[in-house]
Amino acid sequence: MSDSASTLEAIISQEYQHGFETSVEADTLPRGLSEETVRMISAKKNEPEFLLEWRLAAFRRWLDMKPPEWASVHHPPIDYQDIIYYSAPKSQKDGPKSLEEVDPELLKTYEKLGIPLHERAILAGVAVDAVFDSVSVATTFKDKLAEKGIIFCSFSEAVQEHPELVRQYLGSVVPVQDNFYAALNSAVFSDGSFVYIPPGVRCPMELSTYFRINAKNTGQFERTLIIADRDSYVSYLEGCTAPMRDENQLHAAVVELVALENAQIKYSTVQNWYPGDKEGRGGIYNFVTKRGDCRGAHSKISWTQVETGSAITWKYPSVILRGDHSVGEFYSVALTNHRQQADTGTKMIHMGKNTRSTIISKGISAGYGHQAYRGLVRIARAAQNARNYTQCDSLLLGDRCAAHTFPYIEVKNASAKVEHEASTSRIGEDQLFFCRQRGLTMEDAVSMIVNGFCKEVFKELPMEFAVEAQKLLGVSLEGSVG
Amino acid sequence: MLIIKDLHASVGDKPILKGINLTVNAGEVHAIMGPNGSGKSTLSNVLAGRENVTVTSGSIEYLGQDLLALEVEERARAGVFLAFQYPVEIPGVGNVYLLKAALNAQRKHRGLPELDAMEFLALVKDKMKLMEMNESMLYRAVNEGFSGGEKKRNEILQMAVLEPRLAILDETDSGLDIDALKIVANGVNSLRHPERSMILVTHYQRLLDYIKPDYVHVLAAGRIVRSGGPELAHELEKQGYAWIGNETSGQEVSSGS
Ligand SMILES: Nc1ncnc2c1ncn2[C@@H]1O[C@H](COP(=O)(O)OP(=O)(O)O)[C@@H](O)[C@H]1O
Ligand SMILES: [Mg+2]
Repeated sequence: MSDSASTLEAIISQEYQHGFETSVEADTLPRGLSEETVRMISAKKNEPEFLLEWRLAAFRRWLDMKPPEWASVHHPPIDYQDIIYYSAPKSQKDGPKSLEEVDPELLKTYEKLGIPLHERAILAGVAVDAVFDSVSVATTFKDKLAEKGIIFCSFSEAVQEHPELVRQYLGSVVPVQDNFYAALNSAVFSDGSFVYIPPGVRCPMELSTYFRINAKNTGQFERTLIIADRDSYVSYLEGCTAPMRDENQLHAAVVELVALENAQIKYSTVQNWYPGDKEGRGGIYNFVTKRGDCRGAHSKISWTQVETGSAITWKYPSVILRGDHSVGEFYSVALTNHRQQADTGTKMIHMGKNTRSTIISKGISAGYGHQAYRGLVRIARAAQNARNYTQCDSLLLGDRCAAHTFPYIEVKNASAKVEHEASTSRIGEDQLFFCRQRGLTMEDAVSMIVNGFCKEVFKELPMEFAVEAQKLLGVSLEGSVG
Repeated sequence: MLIIKDLHASVGDKPILKGINLTVNAGEVHAIMGPNGSGKSTLSNVLAGRENVTVTSGSIEYLGQDLLALEVEERARAGVFLAFQYPVEIPGVGNVYLLKAALNAQRKHRGLPELDAMEFLALVKDKMKLMEMNESMLYRAVNEGFSGGEKKRNEILQMAVLEPRLAILDETDSGLDIDALKIVANGVNSLRHPERSMILVTHYQRLLDYIKPDYVHVLAAGRIVRSGGPELAHELEKQGYAWIGNETSGQEVSSGS
């Protein structure tokens, strides 16, 4: 059916919908990275001495480190001297006091992205901390959250207002020397989000941050730190898009989660960074370190991610199950289309007794997409009665894409029960024919089958974002079967 | 309703259908019988528009339009329904979700308002009674873990919900025990309508005891070699398919009314 094939082609070549650029005056450092760059960033942000020292220590470690080579992704070497490490919209220099003070150009950008920042935010019950390039420009709902003692602000603000919390927890989950990209981030991170939930408080709304890389040639290095104190609960959503450019952009974020006794953190990501064009030109390199520490007994950390964007993804949201009876979960849908590459998975490090972890990974490859699931389950000697269940399914659309699974299991305690299930299937011509015979279009049929495949993960997403994720998957896949 | 003229079709390089002629008028039920491998499913697939079958010559007119010019989903929306010989499983997609999406896609195409969840449930539950199906099947994934009989009943349920103009039932009787066969036949009979035509594809005469066809055709090696009334099915039952071998050589039998 050449007809359907050609309409499919048309949809494949459909342009990235978030590919606009905003013109705002920016306060930008020159390209390149040296100790001086690190000092300048810290000075611009008026940081306390301890933080500058911390950054410098990270920078010195980074100088001796090499980018990881074990991931099955391929890209030309990155010239770290050709990156701009700090770019702040100029009009934000003194920091907005309220939404009214925010540059209308920026607000328009958020509007185009569909971020519910104004009254829409109130209707949707979402508190948004929007990160625009390197500086957080607007935080909503702060007052309402403050009533409960919840701190939700930009990282820079946390450094000024709550330095003791930052000092206590920063780097306590992901140490500066953890890996090449984490060390780089620790040296040059410019902003990000900070959350603190006090003991016994259940955060009354979803907290949400949208990241967006706007200025050209800027790497974005945000830093997120979430602390859930005893008996607290928080659900956090991160959404990402970036404008369309021919050159690649680096995004090396670090996210640290700390759950104290009986606390629960649910962290959901819908990542739609620009994936590059059909031939693989441009797109974001998303090299991210995300880790949660179940520090207290009976604590729980869940990662849910829907990854449809980025040219290259290198990402392993992990949980350290330190507290006895703590629970770690990882639910992931990753999609690679055209020339996208993803090496993603998780690490579950069982240290406490009776710890449990669940890994559900759904990988979808289409076009020439390349994907690897890489998962580590480690049961330490002291982790009596640890349990892990891993299910890792791959769905292939077409015959030019590939999926690989690399499960690593290290068990040092004989009482452990570790289960691993894996499957690879191809989206069936017979399934598509069946759906179309019942009257659905090819696009709707693909989207329905893929959504069915991802169902176990989508049901973990907060309701409104589950809908968004389904749509996103539909758009990202359109035309991938012909 | 349907006029097939001198239809030739191949799968890959292999010619399977070698000159089919068949006319089906509105309201008629035609049975197509034939041994395994004679091309029954291939014919069903050609009608539904499956891509792996290539029509090399001939024509199919459906309700005055050139059926072969339509995409799979366009045919479905124009009222062509195929009950599959081997219904496929779709993990994670709820049966009720698929049915509702399919019905609304077709209604939209016909300029009818889409049904909301409540209206749809009322409709589908009504049809399920007819098929003696348990409502819990609505919430299971499409055909996943269904028994052979449940799958076939599910196909007829879809037919009952979608109300096609032309239904092709490919071996809907195979793999059914006698009770399930009666339920399926009862469902199909209740869907007989002066404006709806049916093509029953079957290997066995058994189904035709419960669904009385107006015409019976015998397909062998890609050709219709005999056509007649319901009595032809009984003849086949008695003699098996061996005898048709003698009659297949080259003779064109046009059929239908
Ligand atoms: N997908 C296919 N690939 C190759 N040959 C096929 C395919 N489908 C059907 N055939 C061949 O076409 C012929 C007719 O098959 P089919 O239409 O399924 O017969 P029936 O339904 O009457 O049993 C058989 O010889 C079969 O082997
Ligand atoms: Mg068959």
